Amino acid sequence: MAVDASTSARGDLILKNLTKSFGEFNAVDDLSLVIPKGSFFALLGPSGCGKTTTLRMVAGLEVPTSGSIFVGETDITEMKPYRRPVNTVFQNYALFPHLTIFENIAFGLRRRGITDAEVKTAVDKVLTLIELPELAGRKPNQLSGGQQQRIAVARAIVNRPALLLLDEPLGALDLKLRRQMQIELKWIQTEIGITFVHVTHDQEEAMTMADTIAVMNKGKIEQMGTPEELYDSPKTSFVANFLGQSNLIPGKVSGSDGDNLVVDLFGTKVSVPKSRNSATGDSVLVGVRPEKFRIALEGKATHGNVLTGAVVSDVSYIGVSTQYQVEMPWGKEVMVFEQNDDDEEMLRKGAKVVLSWEPIFTFALDGKDSATAGSN
Amino acid sequence: MVAFKTTSAKVFKLKDNKSTLPYLLLLPGLLWLVLFFIVPIFSLGQMSTKVAGADTGEFVQGYRFANYIDAFSASKEQFFRSFLYGILATLIALAIAYPLAYAIAFKSGKWKNVLLVLVVAPFFVSFLLRTIAWKQILGEEGPVVGVLRGLHLISPQTSITSSAFAVVTGLAYNFLPFMTLPLYASLERIDPRTLEAAGDLYANGITTFRKITLPLSMPGVVAGTLLTFIPAAGDYINATILGSPTSKMLGNVIEARFFKIVDYPTAAALSFTLMAAILILVTFYIRRAGTEELV
Repeated sequence: MAVDASTSARGDLILKNLTKSFGEFNAVDDLSLVIPKGSFFALLGPSGCGKTTTLRMVAGLEVPTSGSIFVGETDITEMKPYRRPVNTVFQNYALFPHLTIFENIAFGLRRRGITDAEVKTAVDKVLTLIELPELAGRKPNQLSGGQQQRIAVARAIVNRPALLLLDEPLGALDLKLRRQMQIELKWIQTEIGITFVHVTHDQEEAMTMADTIAVMNKGKIEQMGTPEELYDSPKTSFVANFLGQSNLIPGKVSGSDGDNLVVDLFGTKVSVPKSRNSATGDSVLVGVRPEKFRIALEGKATHGNVLTGAVVSDVSYIGVSTQYQVEMPWGKEVMVFEQNDDDEEMLRKGAKVVLSWEPIFTFALDGKDSATAGSN
Repeated sequence: MVAFKTTSAKVFKLKDNKSTLPYLLLLPGLLWLVLFFIVPIFSLGQMSTKVAGADTGEFVQGYRFANYIDAFSASKEQFFRSFLYGILATLIALAIAYPLAYAIAFKSGKWKNVLLVLVVAPFFVSFLLRTIAWKQILGEEGPVVGVLRGLHLISPQTSITSSAFAVVTGLAYNFLPFMTLPLYASLERIDPRTLEAAGDLYANGITTFRKITLPLSMPGVVAGTLLTFIPAAGDYINATILGSPTSKMLGNVIEARFFKIVDYPTAAALSFTLMAAILILVTFYIRRAGTEELV
């Protein structure tokens, strides 16, 4: 029964045409994906998008309806969960309540027939890594949420799997602890160099930790890339809205100017870099992130893309920034985040303003996309 | 200042209420126990050391503790048989109830509630009737004997009623729900994700059961075995209806001493001995279970 997960399958995690159906419903729909060895990969999406099902198929807890899963050269699709070179950090940790922390962490090692002395060395080492060596003799229910979370990670990584799966690992922690654990998990991953596949619905969590994020929606991957790529150049309105906030304004391509497209937004011409246009036709959604806008009282000097005739309809001051809701001449509202980094006075509700931004911060999506898809 | 005083007085009163409330809630149960358990136990204790008086059925206090020795030596055989049958019935019930409770807790899906009702359904029929029914089932024309004879497991002459077999299986059958329900309750509490986690950490099905499921269900095993063993060891109905003279249990002796021979002191002494023996055994068992040595 001794499975040596440390030397068996190694390499990239490859999902080929993976599908999981529950009755008529395709939870995961023809998903193909390569997760490079050693990366911190996040599957991000709203609940019900199929991310957890994907993870459970990799762990061996769900059987795929079709498709296959490889770790390096090894096909693990049919492999029993306890034979896979994969370990999981479960959503609510699933620590063994009747075993001490030491025995919880040692569980996987003991199953693989490792000698007591080696088990002790390995467990002590991982407890030191997560900075909780004093907890070895305690039971899980004597630990705080954050400690349990770290033990759950330790219990998995002590086995040196090819792949560590994290299923919403920080969901049960409060905000402050979550931030701290995000940094810690990222640090642990860099330290031990195991591939981490992290499932979450929290875009901030994914962006903080992951090298690569795949945004999932309805069982498919909407877009995959580094956090910067996804944020700066979303390819669909779902990604644009799910990752941060976006102002999506419908427009028509009216011409071309060097590397830029000229788009007509309700009569105003704005420039969009061609490299950041993912629309195929003339009808587009022009996207600008709220913090990219500059907001100024009418009459002040502006440059770049400019939209005039806007009126501030709501102001909320949130410390680091001020959030403005601005009503545009065509009746729709846009969001503007302004850093509170100068002594300029806050604009008041009802003020007539001009919005401007650098063309380089503009992206364009297919006009057939729903402007509100993925907004949360 | 005045307002402050009133509030603090109110807070104090509230606290006061809270501290007496638990006792008030305990009161009805406590009264019940004193009236119907402590008082009878006390009078039974008194009875156990009495000696026969001038008339039949009249006993006077003689503080004769030798009653205990006499009673025990006269019914040693039944005494040990009670324990043996009790233990056997408990083991049989455990062997049947564990898989049943496991299936209900983890595998029954939408049938869970239906199955739980079926487990307690026998309680809708009186204990006595169920035992008589068991006699029919094991009887000459019943299905059990037919099958066993058909398989040549028993000879055509052998009957299985009026035997130790009938008594033990009868006990196991009658107390099965007492075993199943606590087992179910403790299995149901196990987070299925801990079982998945064990599989994720290289434990196969058997190892997962041995290392995770069984230890986590031990509270249910302990509760179930106690709830089965204690009444089974003290039972006399099964031995009366299903047994033979060679399968009498201590309950039968006590019954006979009380109602047929009218020897109250011996009956009382036996009752106490049985109670004490069960108590000692159970204490020992719980302590072992508490230290997880039973696993």
